[in-house]
Amino acid sequence: MSNEIITASAADLAARIAAGELSAVEVTRAHLDRIEAVDGEINAFLHVDTEGALAAAGRVDERRAAGEDLGPLAGVPLALKDVFTQQGVPTTAGSKMLEGWIPPYSATVTRRIQDAGIVIVGKTNMDEFAMGSSTENSAFGPTRNPWDPDRIPGGSGGGSSAALAAFEAPLAMGSDTGGSIRQPAAFTGTVGVKPTYGGTSRYGQIALASSLDQPGPCARTVLDTALLHQVIGGHDPMDATSLTDPVPDVVAAARSGDIAGMKIGVVRELRGEGYAPGVIEVFDRTVELLTGLGAEVIEVSCPHFEYSLGAYYLILPSEASSNLARFDAMRYGLRIGDDGVRSTEEVMQLTREAGFGAEVKRRIILGTYALSAGYFDEFYGSAQKVRTLVQRDFDAAFDRVDVLISPTTPTTAFKLGERVDDPMAMYMNDLCTTPSNLAGNASASFPAGLSADDGLPVGVQVVAPARADDRLYRVGAALEREVGVLMEQIANYPAGGSR
Amino acid sequence: MALSEQEVAKLGHLARIELSPDELTLLAGQLDVILQSVARVSEVATADVPPTSHPLPLSNVFREDEVRPSLPVDVVLSQAPAAEESRFRVPRILDEEA
Repeated sequence: MSNEIITASAADLAARIAAGELSAVEVTRAHLDRIEAVDGEINAFLHVDTEGALAAAGRVDERRAAGEDLGPLAGVPLALKDVFTQQGVPTTAGSKMLEGWIPPYSATVTRRIQDAGIVIVGKTNMDEFAMGSSTENSAFGPTRNPWDPDRIPGGSGGGSSAALAAFEAPLAMGSDTGGSIRQPAAFTGTVGVKPTYGGTSRYGQIALASSLDQPGPCARTVLDTALLHQVIGGHDPMDATSLTDPVPDVVAAARSGDIAGMKIGVVRELRGEGYAPGVIEVFDRTVELLTGLGAEVIEVSCPHFEYSLGAYYLILPSEASSNLARFDAMRYGLRIGDDGVRSTEEVMQLTREAGFGAEVKRRIILGTYALSAGYFDEFYGSAQKVRTLVQRDFDAAFDRVDVLISPTTPTTAFKLGERVDDPMAMYMNDLCTTPSNLAGNASASFPAGLSADDGLPVGVQVVAPARADDRLYRVGAALEREVGVLMEQIANYPAGGSR
Repeated sequence: MALSEQEVAKLGHLARIELSPDELTLLAGQLDVILQSVARVSEVATADVPPTSHPLPLSNVFREDEVRPSLPVDVVLSQAPAAEESRFRVPRILDEEA
């Protein structure tokens, strides 16, 4: 029975809870049991909130018993990336700097999730302050990929994606600054969406690069992802960059999946050298499938995308070096060396030395350099101009097509430790995903098949113009109907089966 | 544009991170590689291209100026490294002789 519960979709679970066939407590317990059984190896969770989850589930059951109308995801468990604050629950963003911190307030997305009756089962592992592409930069140990535990699940949101792929939760939250939702989704055979910048509130998301960061929904199916998108999206006065537009009808798009007549552009620059043959093969097959469904597929050129990664790795560290100045050992978090003799400045320096990991230091120093007098024009200034050029490439492309597609990542999931000592090799993961963050439009990764090279999942990235997030779901749903839910093919972590 | 360890140490000071000699050596080498790669942005960043700092063309976003309760002082201070008399306690800011 409980195997059947943990493999079910969120939409299905919610419908059965609403119909009284299952209780929210029963569904929550099944997932907590699964976490207990597999998370020792996977390490998707930094904190499991057993008590809070069961209490939240109990409230859903009470509301149902009282005849209240429940939302479309009420009673369904969710894994919350540890970058989002949840009042009263430890939140670390994967850093020793915040170990033991209990946030006094909740992020807007956290609050909306709770208000929808969704049950938060715990906080998921991530690269420290979301800086990384493998979850190996977490201060609390790496997360393993359920498809192959010797491999990384992607990052920074590897914990959320691994939780989905190991059937520890049917819903998860991520945050995407340069691919941190889409790349882990691709590596784990799950769905991840980066909404239009401003489409979801950043209030209570521990900031990395504020002009790029965007919270987004993750799940195993396209419809579940859309239902969560609907819950978390929409204007928030607490975020000055929040869009006032209504959330596009992503749920209707996910139910439709009709792409007949849709114009789809294949980005010429996002393939070729460095792309694994198995990834390209699945991608080409996807293009054929979409054509077969009535889409008109044409090739488009985005000549400045090759400069996107460079611009991203200047803009991100610059903004991060400023954002992370808040970890000053004065008001919350770690404080080291306060012996009554040392000055505030000395304590600050010792704390930041001890509290930040290697990648965080690397990016703060890089950002400090890029913003320093004498180098500003050459680095940060040039990167901002490339941002304009990337936006113009998108504008020109979207004059001709409705959406763009490419592989989400050049390769499938790599082995733990393989790239950890080579920062540039690690940054290459973000080759296809960073342009969308620079432009602030909507993008997603959908599971497209397994690579013939290694049997691992391959993701296809879809990018839509700002405020047209619904188009992502239309394409994702069409694809899902053709290739099925990829997670049904997982062999290493079958639900219920011992490995 | 080889970055010296002294320059990295200076950046560390600007960012208020005490870096060990080993970290200075490692970072100087890694930052060189990264900077050489990202410096390509200047190839296309010509004078006629305007910079973009933000994806949304927003300005003057205000909300109503309403008085609202702030977070409870005891809850906030319970998370502070050190607190005293309803305030954050911090290490000395001025030199003894100042």
